[in-house]
Amino acid sequence: MTFDVVRVRADFPILTREVNGHPLVYLDSANTSQKPAQVIKAMRMHNERHNGNVSRSVHTLGTEATSAYEDARGKVAAFVGASTPDEIVFTKNSTEAINLVAYSLGQHLALKPGDEIVISEMEHHSNIVPWQLLCERTGATLRWFGVTDEGRLAPDDDLINERTKIVSIVHMSNVLGTINDVSGIVARAHEVGALVLLDCSQSVPHLPVDVQALEADFIAFTGHKMLGPTGIGVLWGRYSLLAEMPPFLAGGSMIETVTMGGTTFAAPPARFEAGTPPIAEAVGLGAAVDYLTALGMEAVHQHEQDITAYALKTLTDVPGVEIFGPATPEGRGGTLSFGVDGVHPHDVGQVLDALGVEVRVGHHCAKPTCARFGVPAMTRASFYLYTTTDEIDALARGLDQVKKVFG
Amino acid sequence: MMLDGLYQEIILDHYKHPHGRGLRDPFNGEAHHVNPTCGDEITVRVSSAAGEFSDISYDGLGCSISQASASVLYELLRGRSPEDAAGIHEAFVALMQGRGQVEPDEDVLGDGIAFAGVAKFPARVKCALLPWMAFKDAAARAGIDVSSEASEVKA
Ligand SMILES: Cc1ncc(COP(=O)(O)O)c(C=O)c1O
Repeated sequence: MTFDVVRVRADFPILTREVNGHPLVYLDSANTSQKPAQVIKAMRMHNERHNGNVSRSVHTLGTEATSAYEDARGKVAAFVGASTPDEIVFTKNSTEAINLVAYSLGQHLALKPGDEIVISEMEHHSNIVPWQLLCERTGATLRWFGVTDEGRLAPDDDLINERTKIVSIVHMSNVLGTINDVSGIVARAHEVGALVLLDCSQSVPHLPVDVQALEADFIAFTGHKMLGPTGIGVLWGRYSLLAEMPPFLAGGSMIETVTMGGTTFAAPPARFEAGTPPIAEAVGLGAAVDYLTALGMEAVHQHEQDITAYALKTLTDVPGVEIFGPATPEGRGGTLSFGVDGVHPHDVGQVLDALGVEVRVGHHCAKPTCARFGVPAMTRASFYLYTTTDEIDALARGLDQVKKVFG
Repeated sequence: MMLDGLYQEIILDHYKHPHGRGLRDPFNGEAHHVNPTCGDEITVRVSSAAGEFSDISYDGLGCSISQASASVLYELLRGRSPEDAAGIHEAFVALMQGRGQVEPDEDVLGDGIAFAGVAKFPARVKCALLPWMAFKDAAARAGIDVSSEASEVKA
Protein backbone atom coordinates (compact mmCIF):
# COMPACT_ATOMS: atom_id res chain seq x y z
CA MET A 1 0.00 0.00 0.00
CA THR A 2 1.35 3.41 -0.88
CA PHE A 3 1.18 6.25 1.56
CA ASP A 4 -1.90 8.36 0.86
CA VAL A 5 -1.35 11.79 2.36
CA VAL A 6 -4.81 13.02 1.33
CA ARG A 7 -6.44 10.22 3.29
CA VAL A 8 -4.17 10.85 6.26
CA ARG A 9 -5.06 14.55 6.25
CA ALA A 10 -8.76 13.73 6.35
CA ASP A 11 -8.17 12.24 9.82
CA PHE A 12 -6.93 15.55 11.23
CA PRO A 13 -9.85 17.90 11.91
CA ILE A 14 -7.66 20.95 12.53
CA LEU A 15 -6.21 20.83 9.02
CA THR A 16 -9.49 22.13 7.58
CA ARG A 17 -9.35 25.43 9.44
CA GLU A 18 -8.17 28.76 8.14
CA VAL A 19 -5.66 31.10 9.70
CA ASN A 20 -5.85 34.78 8.87
CA GLY A 21 -8.05 34.04 5.89
CA HIS A 22 -5.74 31.39 4.41
CA PRO A 23 -5.86 27.61 4.61
CA LEU A 24 -3.78 26.45 7.57
CA VAL A 25 -0.29 25.34 6.56
CA TYR A 26 0.99 23.70 9.75
CA LEU A 27 4.77 23.44 9.66
CA ASP A 28 5.46 23.23 13.39
CA SER A 29 5.14 19.54 14.20
CA ALA A 30 8.56 19.38 15.84
CA ASN A 31 7.09 21.72 18.41
CA THR A 32 3.85 19.83 18.83
CA SER A 33 2.01 17.62 16.36
CA GLN A 34 -1.67 17.77 15.47
CA LYS A 35 -3.98 14.98 16.63
CA PRO A 36 -6.12 12.72 14.48
CA ALA A 37 -9.83 12.23 15.19
CA GLN A 38 -9.00 8.71 16.43
CA VAL A 39 -6.93 10.11 19.32
CA ILE A 40 -9.42 12.82 20.19
CA LYS A 41 -12.24 10.27 20.15
CA ALA A 42 -10.39 7.72 22.27
CA MET A 43 -9.82 10.31 24.98
CA ARG A 44 -13.39 11.55 24.82
CA MET A 45 -14.75 7.99 25.05
CA HIS A 46 -12.52 7.30 28.02
CA ASN A 47 -13.74 10.37 29.85
CA GLU A 48 -17.36 9.78 28.90
CA ARG A 49 -17.50 6.06 29.67
CA HIS A 50 -14.58 4.73 31.68
CA ASN A 51 -13.23 7.46 33.92
CA GLY A 52 -11.98 6.32 37.32
CA ASN A 53 -8.67 6.44 39.17
CA VAL A 54 -6.18 3.70 38.44
CA SER A 55 -4.70 0.96 40.62
CA ARG A 56 -6.71 1.84 43.69
CA SER A 57 -10.32 0.77 43.32
CA VAL A 58 -12.19 -2.49 43.07
CA HIS A 59 -15.14 -0.89 41.35
CA THR A 60 -15.92 -1.34 37.68
CA LEU A 61 -14.90 2.10 36.50
CA GLY A 62 -11.63 1.93 38.39
CA THR A 63 -10.95 -1.48 36.89
CA GLU A 64 -11.75 -0.27 33.37
CA ALA A 65 -9.56 2.78 33.78
CA THR A 66 -6.71 0.66 35.11
CA SER A 67 -6.85 -1.74 32.21
CA ALA A 68 -7.08 1.14 29.70
CA TYR A 69 -4.00 2.72 31.29
CA GLU A 70 -2.06 -0.55 31.33
CA ASP A 71 -3.16 -1.36 27.75
CA ALA A 72 -1.62 1.93 26.68
CA ARG A 73 1.62 0.94 28.40
CA GLY A 74 1.61 -2.32 26.48
CA LYS A 75 1.07 -0.54 23.16
CA VAL A 76 3.89 1.89 23.80
CA ALA A 77 6.18 -0.98 24.85
CA ALA A 78 5.47 -2.85 21.62
CA PHE A 79 5.91 0.33 19.57
CA VAL A 80 9.53 0.77 20.67
CA GLY A 81 10.38 -2.92 21.07
CA ALA A 82 10.66 -2.98 24.88
CA SER A 83 11.18 -6.44 26.42
CA THR A 84 8.25 -5.92 28.78
CA PRO A 85 5.64 -3.21 29.47
CA ASP A 86 7.28 -2.84 32.89
CA GLU A 87 10.13 -1.04 31.14
CA ILE A 88 7.76 1.79 30.20
CA VAL A 89 7.45 4.59 32.77
CA PHE A 90 4.81 7.22 32.05
CA THR A 91 5.95 10.75 32.86
CA LYS A 92 4.62 14.21 32.13
CA ASN A 93 6.84 14.69 29.06
CA SER A 94 10.39 14.11 27.82
CA THR A 95 11.68 16.77 30.15
CA GLU A 96 10.43 14.89 33.20
CA ALA A 97 11.76 11.60 31.84
CA ILE A 98 15.26 13.07 31.48
CA ASN A 99 15.08 14.70 34.90
CA LEU A 100 14.02 11.36 36.36
CA VAL A 101 17.14 9.69 35.00
CA ALA A 102 19.40 12.59 36.01
CA TYR A 103 18.06 12.44 39.54
CA SER A 104 17.64 8.73 40.17
CA LEU A 105 20.54 7.40 38.15
CA GLY A 106 22.75 10.19 39.44
CA GLN A 107 21.96 9.04 42.96
CA HIS A 108 22.27 5.35 42.12
CA LEU A 109 25.73 5.85 40.61
CA ALA A 110 26.77 8.05 43.55
CA LEU A 111 28.45 10.51 41.20
CA LYS A 112 31.38 12.44 42.64
CA PRO A 113 34.08 14.88 41.57
CA GLY A 114 36.18 13.35 38.81
CA ASP A 115 33.21 11.58 37.21
CA GLU A 116 32.08 12.86 33.82
CA ILE A 117 28.78 13.21 32.00
CA VAL A 118 28.82 13.61 28.22
CA ILE A 119 26.20 15.44 26.15
CA SER A 120 26.44 17.41 22.89
CA GLU A 121 26.19 20.93 21.57
CA MET A 122 22.98 20.09 19.67
CA GLU A 123 20.85 19.25 22.69
CA HIS A 124 17.48 20.67 23.65
CA HIS A 125 17.72 22.58 26.95
CA SER A 126 15.90 19.68 28.59
CA ASN A 127 18.92 17.48 27.87
CA ILE A 128 21.40 20.08 29.11
CA VAL A 129 20.06 21.72 32.25
CA PRO A 130 19.25 18.53 34.26
CA TRP A 131 22.87 17.43 33.75
CA GLN A 132 24.24 20.82 34.70
CA LEU A 133 22.24 20.64 37.92
CA LEU A 134 23.40 17.07 38.56
CA CYS A 135 27.01 18.19 38.10
CA GLU A 136 26.42 21.06 40.52
CA ARG A 137 25.01 18.67 43.12
CA THR A 138 27.71 16.02 42.81
CA GLY A 139 30.84 17.80 41.59
CA ALA A 140 30.89 15.72 38.40
CA THR A 141 32.06 17.40 35.18
CA LEU A 142 29.91 18.04 32.12
CA ARG A 143 31.57 17.53 28.72
CA TRP A 144 30.13 17.60 25.22
CA PHE A 145 30.54 16.71 21.59
CA GLY A 146 30.81 19.72 19.30
CA VAL A 147 28.85 20.14 16.09
CA THR A 148 30.36 20.39 12.61
CA ASP A 149 29.48 23.07 10.08
CA GLU A 150 27.31 20.47 8.32
CA GLY A 151 25.32 19.98 11.52
CA ARG A 152 26.75 16.58 12.53
CA LEU A 153 28.27 15.52 15.83
CA ALA A 154 32.00 16.22 15.67
CA PRO A 155 33.97 13.03 16.33
CA ASP A 156 36.04 13.21 19.50
CA ASP A 157 37.91 10.04 20.41
CA ASP A 158 38.89 11.03 23.93
CA LEU A 159 35.60 12.47 25.06
CA ILE A 160 34.14 9.20 26.34
CA ASN A 161 36.71 7.61 28.64
CA GLU A 162 36.97 5.64 31.86
CA ARG A 163 35.81 8.69 33.87
CA THR A 164 32.55 8.85 31.89
CA LYS A 165 29.51 7.62 33.85
CA ILE A 166 26.56 8.84 31.78
CA VAL A 167 26.21 9.75 28.11
CA SER A 168 23.03 11.56 27.07
CA ILE A 169 22.63 12.44 23.40
CA VAL A 170 19.81 13.52 21.16
CA HIS A 171 18.77 10.91 18.59
CA MET A 172 17.34 13.48 16.18
CA SER A 173 18.03 17.19 16.61
CA ASN A 174 14.97 19.42 16.96
CA VAL A 175 16.86 22.29 15.31
CA LEU A 176 19.18 20.83 12.67
CA GLY A 177 17.09 17.78 11.84
CA THR A 178 20.21 15.62 12.10
CA ILE A 179 19.58 11.96 12.85
CA ASN A 180 22.61 10.92 14.82
CA ASP A 181 24.12 7.54 14.12
CA VAL A 182 24.55 6.73 17.79
CA SER A 183 25.85 3.16 17.45
CA GLY A 184 29.52 4.12 17.85
CA ILE A 185 28.81 6.33 20.85
CA VAL A 186 26.70 3.66 22.56
CA ALA A 187 29.36 1.00 21.96
CA ARG A 188 32.15 3.25 23.22
CA ALA A 189 30.14 4.24 26.31
CA HIS A 190 29.43 0.63 27.20
CA GLU A 191 33.08 -0.27 26.63
CA VAL A 192 34.06 2.14 29.42
CA GLY A 193 31.13 1.14 31.64
CA ALA A 194 29.03 4.27 31.12
CA LEU A 195 25.24 4.25 30.70
CA VAL A 196 23.48 5.86 27.77
CA LEU A 197 20.27 7.89 27.56
CA LEU A 198 18.98 8.87 24.14
CA ASP A 199 16.64 11.82 23.79
CA CYS A 200 14.24 10.34 21.24
CA SER A 201 11.68 13.17 21.44
CA GLN A 202 12.06 13.82 17.71
CA SER A 203 12.91 10.34 16.48
CA VAL A 204 10.18 8.11 17.95
CA PRO A 205 7.44 10.19 16.26
CA HIS A 206 9.08 10.11 12.84
CA LEU A 207 11.06 6.92 12.26
CA PRO A 208 11.05 3.31 13.35
CA VAL A 209 12.79 3.16 16.74
CA ASP A 210 13.65 -0.14 18.33
CA VAL A 211 15.29 -0.05 21.73
CA GLN A 212 16.93 -3.44 21.20
CA ALA A 213 18.63 -2.22 18.02
CA LEU A 214 19.67 1.11 19.60
CA GLU A 215 21.26 -0.73 22.54
CA ALA A 216 20.94 2.32 24.77
CA ASP A 217 20.03 2.01 28.44
CA PHE A 218 17.26 4.63 28.51
CA ILE A 219 15.27 6.56 25.96
CA ALA A 220 12.92 9.50 26.53
CA PHE A 221 10.09 10.72 24.32
CA THR A 222 6.95 12.81 24.58
CA GLY A 223 3.34 12.12 23.60
CA HIS A 224 2.36 15.44 22.08
CA LYS A 225 4.95 15.26 19.31
CA MET A 226 3.67 11.86 18.11
CA LEU A 227 -0.04 12.61 17.54
CA GLY A 228 -0.85 12.13 21.22
CA PRO A 229 -1.97 14.64 23.83
CA THR A 230 0.12 16.98 25.95
CA GLY A 231 0.74 15.93 29.54
CA ILE A 232 2.22 12.50 28.91
CA GLY A 233 5.75 11.39 28.15
CA VAL A 234 7.67 8.15 28.29
CA LEU A 235 10.85 6.87 29.82
CA TRP A 236 11.97 3.48 28.60
CA GLY A 237 14.70 1.92 30.70
CA ARG A 238 16.34 -1.49 30.98
CA TYR A 239 14.40 -3.27 33.67
CA SER A 240 17.47 -4.38 35.60
CA LEU A 241 18.61 -0.76 35.84
CA LEU A 242 15.21 0.65 36.73
CA ALA A 243 14.96 -1.99 39.44
CA GLU A 244 18.15 -0.68 41.09
CA MET A 245 17.33 3.00 40.89
CA PRO A 246 15.83 4.96 43.80
CA PRO A 247 12.54 6.83 43.35
CA PHE A 248 12.32 10.30 41.83
CA LEU A 249 9.02 11.81 42.97
CA ALA A 250 7.47 10.34 46.10
CA GLY A 251 3.89 9.86 47.20
CA GLY A 252 0.92 7.65 46.44
CA SER A 253 1.11 4.64 44.11
CA MET A 254 4.90 4.34 44.22
CA ILE A 255 5.12 2.54 47.55
CA GLU A 256 5.15 -1.05 48.69
CA THR A 257 4.37 -0.25 52.31
CA VAL A 258 4.45 2.85 54.47
CA THR A 259 4.74 3.15 58.24
CA MET A 260 5.40 6.29 60.22
CA GLY A 261 8.94 5.02 60.55
CA GLY A 262 9.70 4.50 56.88
CA THR A 263 8.70 3.30 53.44
CA THR A 264 9.60 0.61 50.98
CA PHE A 265 9.03 1.17 47.32
CA ALA A 266 7.08 -0.57 44.59
CA ALA A 267 8.84 -2.25 41.69
CA PRO A 268 9.21 -0.33 38.40
CA PRO A 269 7.36 1.16 36.65
CA ALA A 270 5.08 2.07 39.61
CA ARG A 271 8.12 3.20 41.63
CA PHE A 272 8.54 6.10 39.21
CA GLU A 273 4.87 7.02 38.81
CA ALA A 274 4.00 8.80 42.03
CA GLY A 275 0.52 10.21 42.31
CA THR A 276 -2.44 9.95 39.94
CA PRO A 277 -0.95 9.59 36.47
CA PRO A 278 -2.18 11.16 33.21
CA ILE A 279 -4.79 8.46 32.53
CA ALA A 280 -6.86 9.84 29.67
CA GLU A 281 -3.60 11.07 28.16
CA ALA A 282 -2.17 7.55 28.27
CA VAL A 283 -5.28 6.32 26.48
CA GLY A 284 -4.76 9.05 23.86
CA LEU A 285 -1.12 8.10 23.45
CA GLY A 286 -2.14 4.46 23.02
CA ALA A 287 -4.52 5.52 20.24
CA ALA A 288 -1.75 7.57 18.63
CA VAL A 289 0.54 4.54 18.68
CA ASP A 290 -2.22 2.45 17.08
CA TYR A 291 -2.63 5.08 14.38
CA LEU A 292 1.10 5.22 13.60
CA THR A 293 1.43 1.44 13.71
CA ALA A 294 -1.44 0.99 11.25
CA LEU A 295 0.27 3.30 8.77
CA GLY A 296 3.67 1.78 9.47
CA MET A 297 6.61 3.83 10.72
CA GLU A 298 8.65 2.92 7.64
CA ALA A 299 5.96 4.48 5.45
CA VAL A 300 5.71 7.56 7.68
CA HIS A 301 9.46 8.00 7.57
CA GLN A 302 9.62 7.54 3.80
CA HIS A 303 6.91 10.16 3.29
CA GLU A 304 8.85 12.61 5.43
CA GLN A 305 12.08 11.84 3.57
CA ASP A 306 10.33 12.70 0.30
CA ILE A 307 8.93 15.93 1.73
CA THR A 308 12.32 16.82 3.20
CA ALA A 309 14.09 16.28 -0.11
CA TYR A 310 11.51 18.48 -1.81
CA ALA A 311 11.77 21.17 0.87
CA LEU A 312 15.58 21.20 0.83
CA LYS A 313 15.53 21.71 -2.90
CA THR A 314 12.76 24.32 -2.80
CA LEU A 315 14.35 26.39 -0.05
CA THR A 316 17.83 26.17 -1.54
CA ASP A 317 16.34 27.83 -4.63
CA VAL A 318 15.02 30.81 -2.64
CA PRO A 319 17.70 33.54 -2.81
CA GLY A 320 18.91 34.74 0.59
CA VAL A 321 17.84 31.59 2.45
CA GLU A 322 20.54 29.76 4.39
CA ILE A 323 19.81 26.29 5.74
CA PHE A 324 21.36 25.17 9.04
CA GLY A 325 22.03 21.45 9.26
CA PRO A 326 22.59 18.66 6.75
CA ALA A 327 21.94 19.82 3.17
CA THR A 328 20.67 16.47 1.86
CA PRO A 329 17.97 14.13 3.20
CA GLU A 330 20.49 11.42 4.14
CA GLY A 331 20.78 11.11 7.91
CA ARG A 332 18.36 13.90 8.59
CA GLY A 333 14.66 14.19 9.31
CA GLY A 334 11.94 16.61 8.34
CA THR A 335 12.93 19.51 10.54
CA LEU A 336 14.49 22.35 8.64
CA SER A 337 15.90 25.49 10.22
CA PHE A 338 17.01 28.43 8.17
CA GLY A 339 17.84 32.10 8.09
CA VAL A 340 16.56 34.72 5.68
CA ASP A 341 19.29 37.22 4.88
CA GLY A 342 18.71 40.52 6.67
CA VAL A 343 15.38 39.57 8.24
CA HIS A 344 14.97 38.56 11.85
CA PRO A 345 13.16 35.22 12.38
CA HIS A 346 10.38 36.96 14.34
CA ASP A 347 9.58 39.02 11.33
CA VAL A 348 9.78 35.99 9.04
CA GLY A 349 7.36 34.11 11.28
CA GLN A 350 4.98 37.06 11.52
CA VAL A 351 4.68 37.53 7.75
CA LEU A 352 4.28 33.77 7.23
CA ASP A 353 1.55 33.67 9.88
CA ALA A 354 -0.36 36.37 8.04
CA LEU A 355 -0.41 33.90 5.14
CA GLY A 356 -1.57 31.01 7.33
CA VAL A 357 1.88 29.38 7.37
CA GLU A 358 2.75 28.37 10.94
CA VAL A 359 6.46 27.97 11.60
CA ARG A 360 8.46 28.31 14.79
CA VAL A 361 10.90 31.15 15.30
CA GLY A 362 13.38 31.76 18.08
CA HIS A 363 16.04 29.64 19.73
CA HIS A 364 13.95 26.44 19.83
CA CYS A 365 15.06 25.71 23.41
CA ALA A 366 18.53 25.03 22.01
CA LYS A 367 20.49 28.22 22.56
CA PRO A 368 23.91 26.50 22.36
CA THR A 369 22.98 25.13 18.92
CA CYS A 370 22.02 28.60 17.71
CA ALA A 371 25.22 30.02 19.20
CA ARG A 372 27.22 27.34 17.38
CA PHE A 373 25.91 28.72 14.11
CA GLY A 374 26.42 32.32 15.21
CA VAL A 375 22.78 33.38 15.28
CA PRO A 376 20.47 34.32 18.18
CA ALA A 377 17.46 32.72 16.53
CA MET A 378 16.33 30.70 13.53
CA THR A 379 13.16 30.06 11.58
CA ARG A 380 12.14 26.41 11.57
CA ALA A 381 9.72 24.51 9.36
CA SER A 382 9.02 20.96 10.52
CA PHE A 383 7.02 18.29 8.78
CA TYR A 384 4.98 15.22 9.60
CA LEU A 385 2.92 12.53 7.99
CA TYR A 386 0.27 15.07 6.92
CA THR A 387 2.67 17.53 5.23
CA THR A 388 2.31 18.02 1.48
CA THR A 389 4.52 19.47 -1.25
CA ASP A 390 1.84 22.14 -1.75
CA GLU A 391 2.54 23.29 1.79
CA ILE A 392 6.25 23.56 1.02
CA ASP A 393 5.33 25.68 -2.00
CA ALA A 394 3.19 27.89 0.26
CA LEU A 395 6.22 28.32 2.52
CA ALA A 396 8.39 29.34 -0.43
CA ARG A 397 5.77 31.85 -1.62
CA GLY A 398 5.59 33.18 1.92
CA LEU A 399 9.35 33.71 1.98
CA ASP A 400 9.09 35.75 -1.21
CA GLN A 401 6.53 37.90 0.59
CA VAL A 402 8.87 38.23 3.58
CA LYS A 403 11.55 39.59 1.33
CA LYS A 404 9.11 42.01 -0.27
CA VAL A 405 8.11 43.48 3.10
CA PHE A 406 11.68 43.80 4.34
CA GLY A 407 13.51 44.20 1.03
CA MET B 1 -3.36 42.46 4.66
CA MET B 2 -3.47 42.31 8.46
CA LEU B 3 0.25 42.93 8.59
CA ASP B 4 -0.13 46.55 7.53
CA GLY B 5 -1.13 47.41 11.09
CA LEU B 6 2.06 45.86 12.43
CA TYR B 7 4.72 46.81 9.94
CA GLN B 8 4.00 50.51 9.53
CA GLU B 9 6.32 52.32 7.13
CA ILE B 10 7.65 54.35 10.08
CA ILE B 11 8.64 51.17 11.90
CA LEU B 12 10.38 49.71 8.87
CA ASP B 13 12.20 53.02 8.38
CA HIS B 14 13.49 53.07 11.94
CA TYR B 15 14.49 49.41 11.59
CA LYS B 16 16.42 49.94 8.37
CA HIS B 17 17.90 53.29 9.42
CA PRO B 18 18.12 53.27 13.20
CA HIS B 19 18.72 56.55 15.01
CA GLY B 20 21.38 56.80 17.67
CA ARG B 21 22.40 53.16 17.49
CA GLY B 22 25.72 52.00 18.97
CA LEU B 23 27.00 52.08 22.55
CA ARG B 24 28.72 55.31 23.55
CA ASP B 25 30.90 56.51 26.43
CA PRO B 26 30.69 58.01 28.96
CA PHE B 27 27.54 56.79 30.60
CA ASN B 28 26.02 56.74 34.08
CA GLY B 29 23.91 53.64 33.90
CA GLU B 30 23.66 50.55 31.71
CA ALA B 31 21.24 47.63 31.51
CA HIS B 32 21.14 44.48 29.40
CA HIS B 33 17.77 42.86 28.83
CA VAL B 34 16.84 39.68 27.02
CA ASN B 35 13.54 38.29 25.91
CA PRO B 36 13.91 34.70 27.14
CA THR B 37 11.32 33.28 24.78
CA CYS B 38 12.97 34.44 21.58
CA GLY B 39 16.51 35.35 22.55
CA ASP B 40 16.31 39.02 21.54
CA GLU B 41 18.80 41.15 23.42
CA ILE B 42 19.44 44.81 23.98
CA THR B 43 21.90 46.89 25.96
CA VAL B 44 20.92 50.46 26.82
CA ARG B 45 23.15 53.16 28.30
CA VAL B 46 22.06 56.50 29.66
CA SER B 47 24.12 59.54 30.46
CA SER B 48 22.69 62.47 32.33
CA ALA B 49 23.91 66.02 32.53
CA ALA B 50 22.29 69.29 33.51
CA GLY B 51 19.08 67.57 34.58
CA GLU B 52 18.40 65.75 31.36
CA PHE B 53 19.24 62.56 29.51
CA SER B 54 22.12 64.00 27.52
CA ASP B 55 22.58 60.75 25.63
CA ILE B 56 20.91 57.37 25.32
CA SER B 57 22.85 54.76 23.41
CA TYR B 58 21.98 51.18 22.65
CA ASP B 59 22.93 48.08 20.76
CA GLY B 60 21.13 44.82 20.31
CA LEU B 61 20.05 41.87 18.28
CA GLY B 62 16.43 41.50 17.49
CA CYS B 63 13.45 41.76 15.24
CA SER B 64 12.25 44.85 13.43
CA ILE B 65 9.82 45.72 16.22
CA SER B 66 12.36 45.69 19.05
CA GLN B 67 15.04 47.46 17.05
CA ALA B 68 12.70 50.13 15.68
CA SER B 69 11.33 50.64 19.18
CA ALA B 70 14.85 51.36 20.46
CA SER B 71 15.37 53.90 17.68
CA VAL B 72 12.09 55.65 18.52
CA LEU B 73 12.97 55.61 22.22
CA TYR B 74 16.23 57.37 21.44
CA GLU B 75 14.41 60.05 19.46
CA LEU B 76 11.74 60.56 22.10
CA LEU B 77 13.72 60.50 25.33
CA ARG B 78 17.15 61.93 24.55
CA GLY B 79 17.46 65.47 25.87
CA ARG B 80 14.42 65.12 28.11
CA SER B 81 14.16 65.73 31.82
CA PRO B 82 13.41 62.69 33.99
CA GLU B 83 9.84 63.94 34.53
CA ASP B 84 9.17 64.31 30.80
CA ALA B 85 10.80 60.96 30.08
CA ALA B 86 8.65 59.29 32.74
CA GLY B 87 5.51 60.69 31.13
CA ILE B 88 6.46 59.50 27.65
CA HIS B 89 7.55 56.14 29.02
CA GLU B 90 4.22 55.75 30.74
CA ALA B 91 2.30 56.68 27.59
CA PHE B 92 4.24 54.17 25.48
CA VAL B 93 3.75 51.33 27.96
CA ALA B 94 0.04 52.15 28.22
CA LEU B 95 -0.25 52.08 24.45
CA MET B 96 1.48 48.70 24.25
CA GLN B 97 -0.65 47.18 26.98
CA GLY B 98 -3.87 48.62 25.62
CA ARG B 99 -4.72 45.65 23.35
CA GLY B 100 -5.36 48.11 20.54
CA GLN B 101 -7.94 50.09 22.57
CA VAL B 102 -5.72 53.03 23.47
CA GLU B 103 -5.70 56.08 21.17
CA PRO B 104 -2.09 57.35 21.07
CA ASP B 105 -1.29 61.05 21.39
CA GLU B 106 1.12 62.08 18.66
CA ASP B 107 2.19 65.16 20.62
CA VAL B 108 3.53 62.87 23.34
CA LEU B 109 4.64 59.82 21.39
CA GLY B 110 5.77 61.16 18.00
CA ASP B 111 6.82 58.25 15.78
CA GLY B 112 5.86 56.01 18.71
CA ILE B 113 2.24 56.14 17.55
CA ALA B 114 3.22 53.80 14.73
CA PHE B 115 3.42 51.08 17.37
CA ALA B 116 -0.33 51.25 18.04
CA GLY B 117 -0.83 48.26 15.71
CA VAL B 118 1.73 46.18 17.61
CA ALA B 119 -0.56 46.18 20.64
CA LYS B 120 -2.92 43.90 18.71
CA PHE B 121 -0.20 41.23 18.40
CA PRO B 122 0.32 39.97 21.98
CA ALA B 123 3.36 37.93 20.95
CA ARG B 124 5.10 41.11 19.80
CA VAL B 125 4.28 43.49 22.66
CA LYS B 126 7.30 42.19 24.57
CA CYS B 127 9.50 42.94 21.57
CA ALA B 128 8.33 46.56 21.50
CA LEU B 129 8.77 46.98 25.25
CA LEU B 130 12.21 45.37 25.51
CA PRO B 131 14.23 48.60 24.95
CA TRP B 132 11.90 50.61 27.16
CA MET B 133 12.32 48.25 30.09
CA ALA B 134 16.07 48.17 29.59
CA PHE B 135 16.07 51.99 29.52
CA LYS B 136 14.16 52.16 32.77
CA ASP B 137 16.68 49.87 34.44
CA ALA B 138 19.64 51.75 33.00
CA ALA B 139 18.16 55.01 34.29
CA ALA B 140 17.60 53.47 37.72
CA ARG B 141 21.26 52.42 37.80
CA ALA B 142 22.17 56.01 37.02
CA GLY B 143 20.08 56.99 40.04
CA ILE B 144 17.18 58.37 38.01
CA ASP B 145 13.69 57.10 38.59
CA VAL B 146 11.49 57.11 35.48
CA SER B 147 8.89 54.78 36.81
CA SER B 148 5.33 55.65 37.55
CA GLU B 149 2.76 53.14 38.68
CA ALA B 150 1.39 52.76 35.18
CA SER B 151 4.75 51.92 33.70
CA GLU B 152 5.08 48.76 35.72
CA VAL B 153 5.11 45.98 33.18
CA LYS B 154 2.90 43.05 33.77
CA ALA B 155 4.75 40.19 32.13
C1 LIG C 1 14.91 17.03 21.17
C2 LIG C 1 13.91 17.41 22.22
N1 LIG C 1 14.12 17.04 23.49
C3 LIG C 1 13.24 17.33 24.46
C4 LIG C 1 12.09 18.05 24.21
C5 LIG C 1 11.17 18.38 25.35
O1 LIG C 1 9.92 17.85 25.18
P1 LIG C 1 8.79 18.21 26.25
O2 LIG C 1 8.70 19.71 26.22
O3 LIG C 1 7.55 17.56 25.77
O4 LIG C 1 9.27 17.72 27.55
C6 LIG C 1 11.84 18.47 22.91
C7 LIG C 1 10.64 19.25 22.57
O5 LIG C 1 10.55 20.43 22.64
C8 LIG C 1 12.77 18.14 21.89
O6 LIG C 1 12.57 18.53 20.63
